Amino acid sequence: MADRQLHKFDAVVIGSGLAGLRAAVSLSREYNTAVVTKVFPTRSHSGAAQGGIAASLGNIDDDNWEYHMFDTVKGSDYLGDQDAIEILVRQAPDVVYDLEHLGVPFSRTKDGLIAQRKFGGHTLNFGEKAALRACYSSDYTGHVLLHTLYENSLKNHIRFFSEFDVLDLIIEDDVCKGCVAWDIRNGGLHVFHARAVVMGTGGYGRAFKITSNAHANTGDGLGLVLRNGLPLQDLEFVQFHPTGLWKQGILVTEGARGEGGYLKNRDGERFMERYTPTLMELAPRDVVARSMQTEIDEGRGIDGKDYIHLDITHLGKERIMERLPQIHDLAFNFSGIDCFKEPIPIQPTAHYSMGGIPVDNGCHVVKNGKLERITGLYAAGECSCVSVHGANRLGTNSLLEATTFGRIAGRSARADLSNIDFSDLPKNPRARAQAEVDWFLKANGSRKVADIRADLQETMTARCGVFRNEADLKKQLDHVRELQEMFKEISIDDKGKVMNSDLMEAIELGHLLEFSEVIVSGALGRRESRGAHFRKDFPKRDDDNWLKHTLAWRKPGGGVEFDWRPVIITRFQPMERKY
Amino acid sequence: MQVTFKISRFDPQQEEAKQHYKSYTVQTSPGMTVLDALNEIKWHQDGTLSYRKSCRSGICGSCAMKINGINGLACETQIEPMKKKTIVLDPLPSFEVIKDLAVNMDPFFEHLAAVKPYLINEEPPPDRERLQSPEEFKRISDPIACILCMSCTSSCPSFWTDPEYIGPAALYKAYRYEFDTRDKGSEERLEALDNRHGLWRCHTIFNCMDACPKNLKITHGISLLKRKVIAEKY
Repeated sequence: MADRQLHKFDAVVIGSGLAGLRAAVSLSREYNTAVVTKVFPTRSHSGAAQGGIAASLGNIDDDNWEYHMFDTVKGSDYLGDQDAIEILVRQAPDVVYDLEHLGVPFSRTKDGLIAQRKFGGHTLNFGEKAALRACYSSDYTGHVLLHTLYENSLKNHIRFFSEFDVLDLIIEDDVCKGCVAWDIRNGGLHVFHARAVVMGTGGYGRAFKITSNAHANTGDGLGLVLRNGLPLQDLEFVQFHPTGLWKQGILVTEGARGEGGYLKNRDGERFMERYTPTLMELAPRDVVARSMQTEIDEGRGIDGKDYIHLDITHLGKERIMERLPQIHDLAFNFSGIDCFKEPIPIQPTAHYSMGGIPVDNGCHVVKNGKLERITGLYAAGECSCVSVHGANRLGTNSLLEATTFGRIAGRSARADLSNIDFSDLPKNPRARAQAEVDWFLKANGSRKVADIRADLQETMTARCGVFRNEADLKKQLDHVRELQEMFKEISIDDKGKVMNSDLMEAIELGHLLEFSEVIVSGALGRRESRGAHFRKDFPKRDDDNWLKHTLAWRKPGGGVEFDWRPVIITRFQPMERKY
Repeated sequence: MQVTFKISRFDPQQEEAKQHYKSYTVQTSPGMTVLDALNEIKWHQDGTLSYRKSCRSGICGSCAMKINGINGLACETQIEPMKKKTIVLDPLPSFEVIKDLAVNMDPFFEHLAAVKPYLINEEPPPDRERLQSPEEFKRISDPIACILCMSCTSSCPSFWTDPEYIGPAALYKAYRYEFDTRDKGSEERLEALDNRHGLWRCHTIFNCMDACPKNLKITHGISLLKRKVIAEKY
């Protein structure tokens, strides 16, 4: 009898955020393409991006890609690979025009061009003054990009397997042959036999307690790669966005500061003046988050507590409702704040992973520092590390990266597919995934997934957050390993097959625990401060020893092995980073 | 505050599966949302409870459900301001229940696809962006904020009586493209709209607007769409 849970596609895309959908739209023009995604596509977290997508269109000021490149390199604290960054910023205008042609509704200038606003770290003339570079759609930019790409996927008749959680990649002899996914709605393991697999599985904010990220952002793709013996790159670099709603972590766009918002401490002082006098509130995120945390740690948070004020009252109702309507609603619905009249309470929130699955400039997943590829496996967007963001990403460069490298991943796969045939599947491709599911359904320990996860999130935020030090990191590394052991003693309540989110959350926690060990190990190993990784015990950048990418493999029984690869420097030599 | 959550449960895997309510007690705190309470129940009281969630910030549209009789997003609904000792949670009405609070979304998205919800314009695009004035953008700035949470369609009496009716969400999406100055797809979209299960099934009841967690002017858009179709075709 035919296996009805075996599917064959030229290309399978895992994940339905911007990177995955952009790759799928490209692939579907030529090849039979499926998207396998654990949330329905329009539920993907790209939709929560608010402020904009960077491109040096120069619609308002005199911008060009070299300025954009310099800002991105400097913003990355010189850890970004400059060949990849050059691809990103040179393609940016074309990528944005292409999205506009696909139907993305952008806000407009009075001449009918795509409107552009200021964003942190983006400047004209190599740091002279803030640039108007972020193309936006009020503060729904990620949302309209995601929906437009989903709608184009319908137009291109892409097959969606929504609410299918990928549990394993099928890789043999450095060839990726597909993946195995659990059908969340009905239960059961499906095999997707493919010639090309593109990963667009997103980030992992849920490793932290205070995060802007969705519940779904558990870095499953990173876990899958580790389990298949492949490395992750630069995972110690975690971006903390300065303006998360206090206590919730929910994102308040940097566009609020781009439109002129102020950050104020308990004395009502615009304290950024003391840290970055030129760019003020529009310094890059790592710098602003550290400045805020310093204010809080030194007792200048509001009422001495762990938050700061974001004040947009002076922008006026009309401008707020035109440019920042979502912020108005979020502040009201989640903090009970009327942002026309009162400042918004905010604190740094775990937001974005600069590190990820190492790929070459064509988005081919590589297995080592020599850039040797896994045939048929690609990655793009937040789950990947090209690396265009280095040690710190600039706001609006993530939507740009996801759409640019999503398109590149699609094009690379299209080019390669003429030379890749279907390879024979292993005898039982489901074996590992089946064992995982069976284990969780039969587990009868006394510990609970929610407790272990809360413990991990709490301690990651406390010990591996904006400021780090050796003692905390060592403690956390031991602790993550303890939690991994405790995870072996869990049980779940739901033993069923239909909509078993209890099972899904257990599977997700398994991934969180594995790559968190890599984050902490990397942070412990990197004895310098660079971009978002700040070591109080090593507060200076150390280019002599650490101007290099970390590659980390997780050993099957636990423990992390490291290798390093050089940073690619082309146009801009490292210099001191001042704003 | 102590609040009782009376939650609709249904598990198709049980023999003689039947919808029923199960009550859970949650200690609430200021700022706590209905989604927070559901998580509290799932994580600490009963892991078998199924519901959808993701962004918890009102943008992904996963957690729409019926909260004390009114459709809305669990993540955006604060508990204490409701001043209720008991809160009843049901799945979105008029969609098949898969399990507990999770419904089958397929019909909703099939209706959406029927209106060809994408830019149709066969003219080769210019080298740069197509031009659109701020006023022209403003005409579509309301519908582009739709998160496809299904609250509107599920609250529409016309949809309750005619499951083939494509519903307010799909119509508002059609409006979004029909009133986009870059779009030339009216003719292709007409079949899905000018149809007994299309535009004319809307009887301006306004339930959709009451239910919309984004406060979008759905009925208004549908009415403009009716006028446009009449003006162009009849």
